[in-house]
Amino acid sequence: MEPLKSRPPEVMGSGHSACPGCGAALGMKLVLQALGPRAVVVVIPSCVSVIAGPYPFAAARVPMFHAAFEIAAPAAAGIANALKVQGVEDVPVLAFAGDGGTFDIGLQSLSGAADRNENIIYVCVDNEGYMNTGVQVSSATPRFTWTGTTPTGNTRRKKQIMEIMAAHRIPYAATATIAFPEDLAAKVRRAKELKGTRFIHLLSPCPTGWKTAEDASPKVAAAAVETNLFPLYEIEDGLKHTLTHRSQGLPVERYLSLQGRYAHLGPGEIEAVQAEVDRAWAELRRRAGEPDPQASR
Amino acid sequence: MRRFLTGNQAVAEAVRLCRPGVVAAYPITPQTPIYEKLSEMEASGELSGIMMRTESEHSAMAACLSASLTGVRTFTATSSQGLALMHEMLHFASGGRTAVVMACVNRSLALPWAFWSDQTDSLSQRDTGWLQLYAEDNQEALDSIIQAFRIAEEVLLPCMVVTEANFISHFMEPVEVPDQEQVDSFLPPVSLPRRFDLDNPGYVGPVVDQVQYREFRALSQEAMTLSLEVARRVDRDFREVFGRGYGLIEAVEVEGAELVLVTTATITSTARHVLKKLKAQGRRIGLVKIRLFRPFPTAALRAVLDQAPRIAVIERNLSLGREGIFCSELKAALCHSPVRPQIQGYLAGIGGTDVTPEMIERIIGHALSRPEAGDEPIWIREE
Repeated sequence: MEPLKSRPPEVMGSGHSACPGCGAALGMKLVLQALGPRAVVVVIPSCVSVIAGPYPFAAARVPMFHAAFEIAAPAAAGIANALKVQGVEDVPVLAFAGDGGTFDIGLQSLSGAADRNENIIYVCVDNEGYMNTGVQVSSATPRFTWTGTTPTGNTRRKKQIMEIMAAHRIPYAATATIAFPEDLAAKVRRAKELKGTRFIHLLSPCPTGWKTAEDASPKVAAAAVETNLFPLYEIEDGLKHTLTHRSQGLPVERYLSLQGRYAHLGPGEIEAVQAEVDRAWAELRRRAGEPDPQASR
Repeated sequence: MRRFLTGNQAVAEAVRLCRPGVVAAYPITPQTPIYEKLSEMEASGELSGIMMRTESEHSAMAACLSASLTGVRTFTATSSQGLALMHEMLHFASGGRTAVVMACVNRSLALPWAFWSDQTDSLSQRDTGWLQLYAEDNQEALDSIIQAFRIAEEVLLPCMVVTEANFISHFMEPVEVPDQEQVDSFLPPVSLPRRFDLDNPGYVGPVVDQVQYREFRALSQEAMTLSLEVARRVDRDFREVFGRGYGLIEAVEVEGAELVLVTTATITSTARHVLKKLKAQGRRIGLVKIRLFRPFPTAALRAVLDQAPRIAVIERNLSLGREGIFCSELKAALCHSPVRPQIQGYLAGIGGTDVTPEMIERIIGHALSRPEAGDEPIWIREE
């Protein structure tokens, strides 16, 4: 991966309404910096729309539309098609949506847009729950996680959104986190070069909901990657998988122990998480044509 | 050119002539033929712009309102469940001051499932901030679509043109389809604000406080009030170009009438037929057709109904627990009339049942036989 040679101009202004240490705000900043100021951005009710600022303020120096919860994709597609009708084809339209707006309430409209291969970049800012409304479970919340609506731990497993998006055979889908900003920027730039529906799954630690220290978000995001819980990879045309980072393959406990939302976990549960991560990691390695996962542990 | 068209085909012809930039739609009976016809026109190159075949009506409206904010002319069509699914987006489209135009083909709402004409679907969207025009026949459906784009783009509020399942959507009538040049002279190229300006970026739809919200509402209400005058002017201009016009309402022989019928949409045509017959018999029965429902043409209605002693509202919709919706609206509009009229509501044609000339005569007889109107609506059924 090419390191960044010079700092691109900031698209996010100083001052936003996120909680201290918010991973999503940092994620937005990095995505917009890589995308550049010549873009139209759709946000939906989520932490992202709070970060974008209350009237008459705006946190970003790009035209933005605060659309409704379940319409990030069709709203972006409507704008992209309208721009095309107006003869504007070199301005990317990017949608920021939370995990609730992507995995849950917006999944149908996202699927529709992906099926039509609408010319949009869709960034799911995943903080693994409804954090804007407090801390409630979503289908992006991992198993055993404490939330306000799963006080004894989530019994469901995290929905595999990347597989769902890959199944639509969209030109490009990638995972990214704030802990690897060069990797994130490269993926945004790659997405910008392509046409059609491009999807970025951005893991964004949430100090409030994950019960972590205010300065811990990058460290937590790095641990998610290095434990293989959230591998960094990309999928082209729904089939070609490429790992973009050699992980250290640390035990998942190194990630879980950083967060208060997992404080109640016993050894059995941690073992279950480890087993699940190992299985998923092996499968991803297989798809990426990498050697036996055990060899790297 | 005079052609033999269904109401749905007439709507599609109107949309083509208006040169939309983005059309987004999803199939639902009885609207689907509009969507199909537009697709055929797209395939043959007759339809301008981009067609989005969305996965739901909700997404169709989301795409339309977003495209409208970008500055292009947009259209969609739906019915019944599809309109109900769109409900959230309807508020969004008007609050965002877009100029989306939609054809709504009235159809009964489930449950129980049915496919026939009933106005409750569109009337349930009364408070969403959309203009609503109700068409009586296929020609008026076509003409109203063309007018709707002009009105919506001037006042920056979305506009719904409402037709009826089967009675308009699938019935064929001779329709005058205007020339492209004529429509171009009436409807200029789109010139909407382009909200996503890269050189002057802004944030559309941010969170506001209580006072700001109130003031945005006041602005929308101002635009609604203004649209009464705009709709009247646009209809007048339309008459000058095309030789046809409809008004916000239409009053027929109301002067000195012992009873005035108030109708909308296709029931109006049947009432016209009955009144012609009764006039020949020397009876003095008037008729008022309400074409514009939102904004409600209160002043126009008062101008023709203030002196009416008796009014019978005949309608194909029902607000459960109250009465027909046009009847409630009319009572409210006339509550300051100097002569307090007796207004009786009649529920006729609910579920898409036929409203026959005989039924209308029966309603007239009933309304004239009672000294005072009742508070409850009267159901009209087959004898």
